[in-house]
Amino acid sequence: MSVYNPLATNEPPLVQPRKPSGVLRNALTLGRTRVGLALLVLVAGVAVFGPLFAPHGPQDYLGLLPNKGPAPGALFGTDHIGQDVWSRFLDGGREILFLALASTILGLAIGIAIGLFAAYTKGATDDVLMRGMDVILAFPSIMLALVVIATLGPSYWLIILAVGLTNIPRAARVTRAAAQPIVERDFVGAAEAIGVPRWKILFGEILPNVLSPLMVEGSLRLTYSIGLIAAIAFLGFTPNPNGADWGVMIQENYIALSVQPWGVVLPVLAIALLTMATGMIGDGIARAAAGIDRLRSAE
Amino acid sequence: MASGPSGSASAELTTPTPGGPAIQARPVSSAPAVSPIWGFIGRRILLGILVLFLVSIVVFLATQGLGDPARAILGRSATPASLAALRAQLHLDRPLIVQYLTWVGGLVHGDLGTSLAAQEPVATLIKDKVVNSAFLVLIAGGISIPLSIAIGSYAALRRDKAFDVAMSLITLVFAALPEFVVGVLLVVLFATTVLHVLPAVTLIPPGAGPWDDLQGLVLPVLTLVLAVTPYVARIMRASMIEVLESDYVEMARLKGLPERVVIIRHALPNALGPTFQVIALNLAYLAGGIIVIEYVFNYGGIGSGLRDGVFNHDIPVVQALAMLIAGLYIVLNLLADVATILVTPKLRTRL
Amino acid sequence: MTAPTVTVDKLQISMSGGAKTVIVDDVSFEIAPGEVLGLVGESGSGKTTVGLALLAHCRRGVEITGGSVRIGTTEVLKMSEGELAHLRGGLVSYVPQDPAAALNPALTIGTQMREILEAHNFGADGSARTARVAEMMREVALPDDPAFLKRYPHELSGGQQQRVGLAIAFACRPRVIVLDEPTTGLDVTTQAHVLSTVRELAQAHGVAALYVSHDLAVVGTLANRVAVMYSGRIVEIGPVLDLFQNAAHPYTQRLIFAIPHLTGTRELVGIPGRAPAPARRPPGCVFAPRCSYVQDRCKVALPELRAIAVGHQVRCVRAEEVRGQMQRHAAEVARDERAAQAAVLTLKDVNAGYRRATVVHDINFELARQECLALVGESGSGKTTLARSVAGLNATWSGDIKLNGAPLANAARNRPREQRRTIQYVFQNPYGSLNPRRTIGHIISQPLELFGTHGADADKKVAEMLDRVSLASSYAHRYPDQLSGGERQRVAIARALVCDPQVLICDEVTSALDVSVQAAIVELLGSLQRDLGLAMLFVTHNLPLVRSIAQRVAVMSRGRIIELGPVDSILAKPEDEYTRRLLSDTPSLEVALETAESV
Repeated sequence: MSVYNPLATNEPPLVQPRKPSGVLRNALTLGRTRVGLALLVLVAGVAVFGPLFAPHGPQDYLGLLPNKGPAPGALFGTDHIGQDVWSRFLDGGREILFLALASTILGLAIGIAIGLFAAYTKGATDDVLMRGMDVILAFPSIMLALVVIATLGPSYWLIILAVGLTNIPRAARVTRAAAQPIVERDFVGAAEAIGVPRWKILFGEILPNVLSPLMVEGSLRLTYSIGLIAAIAFLGFTPNPNGADWGVMIQENYIALSVQPWGVVLPVLAIALLTMATGMIGDGIARAAAGIDRLRSAE
Repeated sequence: MASGPSGSASAELTTPTPGGPAIQARPVSSAPAVSPIWGFIGRRILLGILVLFLVSIVVFLATQGLGDPARAILGRSATPASLAALRAQLHLDRPLIVQYLTWVGGLVHGDLGTSLAAQEPVATLIKDKVVNSAFLVLIAGGISIPLSIAIGSYAALRRDKAFDVAMSLITLVFAALPEFVVGVLLVVLFATTVLHVLPAVTLIPPGAGPWDDLQGLVLPVLTLVLAVTPYVARIMRASMIEVLESDYVEMARLKGLPERVVIIRHALPNALGPTFQVIALNLAYLAGGIIVIEYVFNYGGIGSGLRDGVFNHDIPVVQALAMLIAGLYIVLNLLADVATILVTPKLRTRL
Repeated sequence: MTAPTVTVDKLQISMSGGAKTVIVDDVSFEIAPGEVLGLVGESGSGKTTVGLALLAHCRRGVEITGGSVRIGTTEVLKMSEGELAHLRGGLVSYVPQDPAAALNPALTIGTQMREILEAHNFGADGSARTARVAEMMREVALPDDPAFLKRYPHELSGGQQQRVGLAIAFACRPRVIVLDEPTTGLDVTTQAHVLSTVRELAQAHGVAALYVSHDLAVVGTLANRVAVMYSGRIVEIGPVLDLFQNAAHPYTQRLIFAIPHLTGTRELVGIPGRAPAPARRPPGCVFAPRCSYVQDRCKVALPELRAIAVGHQVRCVRAEEVRGQMQRHAAEVARDERAAQAAVLTLKDVNAGYRRATVVHDINFELARQECLALVGESGSGKTTLARSVAGLNATWSGDIKLNGAPLANAARNRPREQRRTIQYVFQNPYGSLNPRRTIGHIISQPLELFGTHGADADKKVAEMLDRVSLASSYAHRYPDQLSGGERQRVAIARALVCDPQVLICDEVTSALDVSVQAAIVELLGSLQRDLGLAMLFVTHNLPLVRSIAQRVAVMSRGRIIELGPVDSILAKPEDEYTRRLLSDTPSLEVALETAESV
């Protein structure tokens, strides 16, 4: 089974751009990257700094009736038990962001290492590693997380581990696919011929040449992790049931959607904008990586 | 890259006179068209069973191996006595291997265990759910797959023109959005807040089928279609463009073939091969997507069944549904691999 | 004089998009029926683009911006889509460079041959077309039975694929054929067949052919007239004999001097510098920066094409002088007679291969100090496998390989440091052997750091090596993608030599380079070998090149050494049948010219 990067463009980089910073700089010239970055700054800003501006605490009772629309003191009304929607919203992004970042980094680090190793070593080791990846991929990711939570219950580290685990095989496959043609290139052979140690070849020769597809994959993994973490919370599994979390907010206010939409609309829009942002940035990077090579080969 | 010297050609050979065969054909192992494929299918099935077996170990360990199901079911306030009693009842006091083998043995014989919450055999419980989910997936798949192939191909053919640019942005946005977000937004848009034209939940009375509430199916199907189509469309486009830029398509044009023939006979078959795998991937993705979507629309399928099972710590239900969905994944991938082989002659003759 | 079939007049092709940089300019030529015009140029000259323009076709990103192309009396560039579909394949055919890629992997070759007949309504009905397909196969010496037609392209060898390409091109009996380097990647024998097929078919049907190639020897064998392109313009055009014997343009002259000779020894001379990119062409004559005849007036105005002899035109202000100089450059290279030296590398009963097969058998030879041994063979002969085994890049080999008397471990990784330092390897592909992410200085110093030299000492050595390979010291800070193929190969050589090895293994190091660059690299290797006293194993499929660099040659076929001996005697009096055939099939410019002269 081959690997497909749904958010990638169709032009695979023929020549790797000289430096990652070059690709990023070019990516920023594209409209979509700029929009994505702006959105990301906006939503992440709300998530990170929101709690500082919240008029009330996330669990404060306002003395108003639950599920009521905007009122003085409650900008967007109250939620299903009478807390301030706006304050909870401002508070609810940190958890998602933290969990998503942690699980993305975990998945990427391990996945990239596995992918590089498999591509370089080839043969039986490669087969075994990829079969292992296949086993993890035999589950829809949310299901794997749910299965683990079934017995152990949701906790922060468990969620990070479970979501990170679903990231690993996808990152590994992309890394391996990108690294395989590099491994065949003669400069790797030249390093082997003079006896450069294996790990140095993996991280010094091969890794720098797969950075472009990895950057794209990184943003894909982040987009996907955010969605997964939010979905898990939305399904009602959270380590912090009373705390504010966008996914949890959607779930608990869903019943009252027809009378008080804000408890659902605010967090859902935030998640939507966040994933759109990371998706656009990833696509911008992918285009920039491909576009640079276009420019180069025309010289 | 050059290949070896052409077999039997010798220096004395000149252009032969018409009317007779010139040189011996280079011998090629005449592979009968049928049997190697069955061998391949057989191998893939074995591989699939192996993966399924490994998956069962993972599922088992995740549910019974890592934690204590008894404690999970009874909660933190359970007394040691009640814990011990439940453990004995659920055979959790036996060695892990024995527990595993009992469970797997049951699976193979069709005994999916007994639901802890409902005290009924899991099989009876999920029968209807399976039908409901299958219906949903088939309808969504039946719409999204041809749609995505069409969008992707058309965008590739009209590359960089208005349709392609618009689609590129739209598919990017929808591919990035988590499916439950799409679902909730659709509900907000059409059911509860902006418009009020469609129901927010699907109501399937017990005993009836999902086809009895067609209006209630619209939004879940729409959500699933929007979740899957962007991915496949993008890959179809990429695959199609790669084919359209290939040397053999250029050659077909240089032969003076009409554009229609170039696209249909030369381009499309080569673009479809990789697409099969992605279609399977996405059908499988649908199978996972229903877990969340069914919850959004309160749709009685295996997705919401799984969710409820996890919520209630109903381990047997969770295990059974997990194996079911994983099994589905593996079957879909097998079908995709076989389809790809059938469409790619190059791979066929390598068998 | 019959009217020419093809008339190209002041053709101009540019890049699409904002700047509209001109790639090809002021190209004019004619081809008479039955005539073969060779279009010669190095990479970047624009020759393929011109070839495709005859079918009014351009690759993505490129468009025709001026001039005219007439087939007979019809103006091709003004045709509608429908007329073009009728033209292509019917009146004008194309034979592509890469036959494997040009055939659709999903369709049988029978289908692909038949469809061109159907598209052009050739033949009265189905059975007439079937008969024609069978006839096409016979014309190109392929089996005409239906079973063969049911094969897929990947089930054919490279030579067979190219013949199918030829058959398709000649299918509808076109009046013009454009052949784009159709023998690249084919082994010498197959190449000879393909060329003779082309010649016969063209003559038999009175087809006007444009043969695009970088290989002067091949063009000399096949063409009646030759046009030389440089940086998008035709710099010289004339009858093949006159052009090669009395070239009037400095570039043509240098190109001819850069071709290795199969017979007789001659010094190979390359052309310094490289062709400018389309956007960076200097005003005046484009070749001026690299020309040895350059004068001030050359840099001011672009010379026009003017006649210098019958049917012979040239774009140079000093053409008459240049013509006179042709005969004088026949310097012989001194045969280096050195005393026999001790063997630095000994191979005994070596078998090598891959996991599934042994491809190299029973190899026995010695490489003396300061000697250059050429390993010659066609693709698939096992020469690269053998070379890689000696270097330790391929660990699947058995037998005895000794370096200065000490046995070598199979894999380079398992060899002691000293041994790794002593044997160095230069790869074929200059575009793959340098890490694109590192600076040139970094690349060259990598072995130094591994073998113990660091810091200022390393920097000094790097600068020294750059100087030795004739690259400016500023190159140390550049990245590989800023260098040309020839420059990258120099860097690869510098990297190999930086640790003072005793044995240098060169694996087809010039195959990916243009002819003029090839000559320069061979020049460089030869002088380095003499100055540094290297023992060199020079792997190549290019027989004529061997003379210019090696003292002894080993001819390999199917994994075995067929003949081994001094270069002169093997090439002049080969003992083995295979070697003899190889020599006779290798296109050689001087032989072609002699043949043409005697006609």
